[in-house]
Amino acid sequence: MEELKSTPLRADHENLKALMAPFGGWLMPIQYSGIIAEHKWCREKAALFDICHMGEFLFKGDVVADGLEDVFTFSVNSIPVGRSRYGFLLNDAAGVIDDLIVFRLGEDEAMIVVNAATTDNDFAVIRSRLKNPASLTDISARTGKVDLQGPLSREIMVERFGAQIRDIPFFKFIKTSILGSDAIVSRTGYTGELGYEIFFPADRVAELWRLLLEDPRVAPAGLGARDLLRLEMGYSLYGNDLDETITPLTAGLSSFVNMNKEFVGKPALERESEQGSPRMKVAFKVDSRRAPRHFYQILQGGEEVGVVTSGAFSPMLSCGIGLGLVKPEAAALGTRLTIRNEKVEMEAQVVELPFYTGGSLRS
Amino acid sequence: MTKFYTKEHEWVEMAGAQATVGISEHAAHELGDITYVDLPKIGKNVKQFDALSAIESVKAASDIYAPVSGKVTEVNQALDEAPELVNQGAESQGWICKLEGVNEAELGALMDAAAYEEYLKGL
Repeated sequence: MEELKSTPLRADHENLKALMAPFGGWLMPIQYSGIIAEHKWCREKAALFDICHMGEFLFKGDVVADGLEDVFTFSVNSIPVGRSRYGFLLNDAAGVIDDLIVFRLGEDEAMIVVNAATTDNDFAVIRSRLKNPASLTDISARTGKVDLQGPLSREIMVERFGAQIRDIPFFKFIKTSILGSDAIVSRTGYTGELGYEIFFPADRVAELWRLLLEDPRVAPAGLGARDLLRLEMGYSLYGNDLDETITPLTAGLSSFVNMNKEFVGKPALERESEQGSPRMKVAFKVDSRRAPRHFYQILQGGEEVGVVTSGAFSPMLSCGIGLGLVKPEAAALGTRLTIRNEKVEMEAQVVELPFYTGGSLRS
Repeated sequence: MTKFYTKEHEWVEMAGAQATVGISEHAAHELGDITYVDLPKIGKNVKQFDALSAIESVKAASDIYAPVSGKVTEVNQALDEAPELVNQGAESQGWICKLEGVNEAELGALMDAAAYEEYLKGL
């Protein structure tokens, strides 16, 4: 088995008695006090996540001439400096190689933030598509990242790091100095709450982690809570709801695809758009507290129509919730579905996203 | 009264021919936040070590096996609304069901508390 990588915060997690487990090639904290307590803390106060495992690439060059403009499903060149954008890196069949965010650091500079497990492959693919491969550097090892998420995150960040943080709008970021080091503070996250992602030198990120945890309003949260938080918002998780066999159209994410520009996979998406998708993303709520889980079957009127891609018990809704891929005729709002595996069976209904609407995300 | 434990981390406590059944504190801790308990049907007859019901945590779904044979006569209805009672006291208020018609000889196939503690150390 390949050896697991550790983030610079591993000793801190162990001191906090975190339950550690493998995730995307990394040894990561799954929970500290308990998944539901951490989840509620994030919805009510401010939770701190170690996200150092994610990959970061630095692009320095001419966005158009060096070819970055044509790599993703969105236009990099039209992202204003100081703003970030979410979208996809696709294969020829329009399958998702990764979902990612590009930060426009300057006219000739961008940071690409990708999933942990896909980092090496993403780097090779993006590089191979650039006209000037030398313009891209993998800065994952030297880049640390912690996310502070929750309704109290703004006041905590402002108190600690200055008033300039107060006015960062959703999906914008600033370059600033924290603890004497260069930092990027971004109004992004994946929890449905007001929150910030802080990019910070890996060799000093433990100092930042400890500083934030000194605040009694801040508690550490693991990947267990993170998964529930993102699922309550209906956000896709790479490896579950997205992979190289699933297109953005199938995944219900076509709003992050700009069909007015060139990118690998565009002809396949045009064909899918004309012919219709054989399956569609669906969101459903279970009639009980029972949790649907990845790979459970989805049935409609006794006939198998799809598969669960993500599922869990929702602490905020107190019932099972899930995402799946189904035949289009089973995806209409209100459709009754049966979710089952060889041992359990539960009744569910197709609902609108997000499951949880009480978040502070845009406040 | 004495509790007995299975290798699958259920406990059973006898009062006459009636047994109270649950999962061990160790199992509840390992599972993490319990979110759902599939209570067995009253009247169900189970054999020792057969599937009795199921329990779900945030992390996973697990089967619960009958530590002894018997007929389900009572279930802990409070777990329907508050499955977290299992986390709060797996071997007290988090009991799952009661069985009647139990053959006490079957207890010989189980571990007492001291033996179970030793067993956990070896896991």
